Amino acid sequence: MELTVEKLTHRYGDVPVLQDINLHIPAGEILCVIGPSGCGKSTLLRMLGGLERPDAGQVLQRGSAPADCLNPLTFVFQDFALLPWRSVGGNISLVLEDHGIRGQAADTIICDVLARTKLGDFRDALPRQLSGGMKQRVAIARALAVNPAVMLLDEPLSALDAQTRELLMEDLIALWQRQPFTAVYVTHNLAEAVRLGHRIAVLSRRPGQVREVIEVDIPLSDRAPGDPHLEDLQSRLWQIMKDEAMAADQELLDA
Amino acid sequence: MPETARPVPFRGGGFRPVSKRGAGVVVFVLLLAVIEWGTRAGWISSLTLPRPSDVAATLVDLARSGLLWTHLAPSLTRLLVGSLLGVTAGIGVGILIGLFSYVRAGLIPLVAALFPIPKIALLPLFVIWFGIDEGSKYALIALGTFTPTVVATYGAVDNVDRTLVRMGQSFGLRWLSIVRKIVLPGALPGILSGLRVSIAIGIILLVAAEMLGAEYGIGAYILQAGSLYDLERLFAGVVILSSLGVVTSWAIGRLENWLLRWRS
Repeated sequence: MELTVEKLTHRYGDVPVLQDINLHIPAGEILCVIGPSGCGKSTLLRMLGGLERPDAGQVLQRGSAPADCLNPLTFVFQDFALLPWRSVGGNISLVLEDHGIRGQAADTIICDVLARTKLGDFRDALPRQLSGGMKQRVAIARALAVNPAVMLLDEPLSALDAQTRELLMEDLIALWQRQPFTAVYVTHNLAEAVRLGHRIAVLSRRPGQVREVIEVDIPLSDRAPGDPHLEDLQSRLWQIMKDEAMAADQELLDA
Repeated sequence: MPETARPVPFRGGGFRPVSKRGAGVVVFVLLLAVIEWGTRAGWISSLTLPRPSDVAATLVDLARSGLLWTHLAPSLTRLLVGSLLGVTAGIGVGILIGLFSYVRAGLIPLVAALFPIPKIALLPLFVIWFGIDEGSKYALIALGTFTPTVVATYGAVDNVDRTLVRMGQSFGLRWLSIVRKIVLPGALPGILSGLRVSIAIGIILLVAAEMLGAEYGIGAYILQAGSLYDLERLFAGVVILSSLGVVTSWAIGRLENWLLRWRS
């Protein structure tokens, strides 16, 4: 399934947050969206997933989701959004229960996604017993359980420390290689963007506009930390973003 | 001149209550011992305070004669029925206020108007509406526990983490599933701590209602003792009420521990 954003514009009250956004997200590709803080990246993502309604413009989906897909547009949140009163397994079964998947069928799916995210031994643990990285892996497992057509990741690694971030990035790449998925990955971290994005969309400061969309034609598996091409690309992105970020930093929030 | 090295003074600590077992009991025992000593030595006159050992003897008599149960049974029934009605309705209305904007706009002013009314002032009215016997007492306790439960419940629903609700929506969960599996468990800690306040108010109203018109009940027993200036019996009644408070608070604590196992 692929998504197209057409002339999307949005304001919060008097403040314009997104202006005339046009984007195309082809199937099987990861699109990274970067931009200075407050540029409306997360708002854009919520609109892609139908959690928020734009003032003007629209988000179109083309093609049908796979037959066993329970929730075509599936989010992974920055703060994990796990129910603290449910175990790891319970958090995953939460999203299956409403589709009438219980008992044996649910069990098979839960075991499968936990194995894919290397959480097989923690099925009965409560979220408070897990580290940040494991919590996010649970959230990713939960997203995989509904077999999404498009994954919408809202700064999924931003709440984690650098080492955990690196490990999870490798996990995400491995997951994608096993079964390429379509994803929109919002981040303010340029290193994540160059590692995970097939294409990188740079947004300007508020009101967010697409400054540039950059193709990265190195296969995901060949991208290692410290790769000179990626470093080049990262500094190029930083050049584009620097002025925007500095200007955004100087703005009053409610001026 | 070389400075002498000295340890950095410790400035942390405190502000973190830890459970100290038995401290409460020690305070109780000490206080009772002082009163017992004072009444025996004579520097507390028997008109000011009864001797704790006499109060204990009165309690034992009360239990032996079976009168304790005669008074306690109706009181417990009233408290149980009244607060069950009030708390159930309160949680229901509180959740509706938390979920629906129109209910919120319509009912919050009403609840705010009801809350500060001393419910005991309405007892004559309740006697007309619900009858002179148990009905009016149930209604009084129900109304008294209802308002604090409503306020605690809608506050708790408001405080449920919105990212969890948004997560539920993003996975396409049905509205009812979101309420049942996300909003209700998320509001439970707030509802339970509101329950403590509600039950305490329920006990106060129970006694007040029994003082105004009941043959049996702890309130009636205390009123009787008070009008005869029988301090031993009066304090025996007070001890029973305090124990009732301690027991209900303990029971809610156990309920919290069990229902909120998932908290650290």
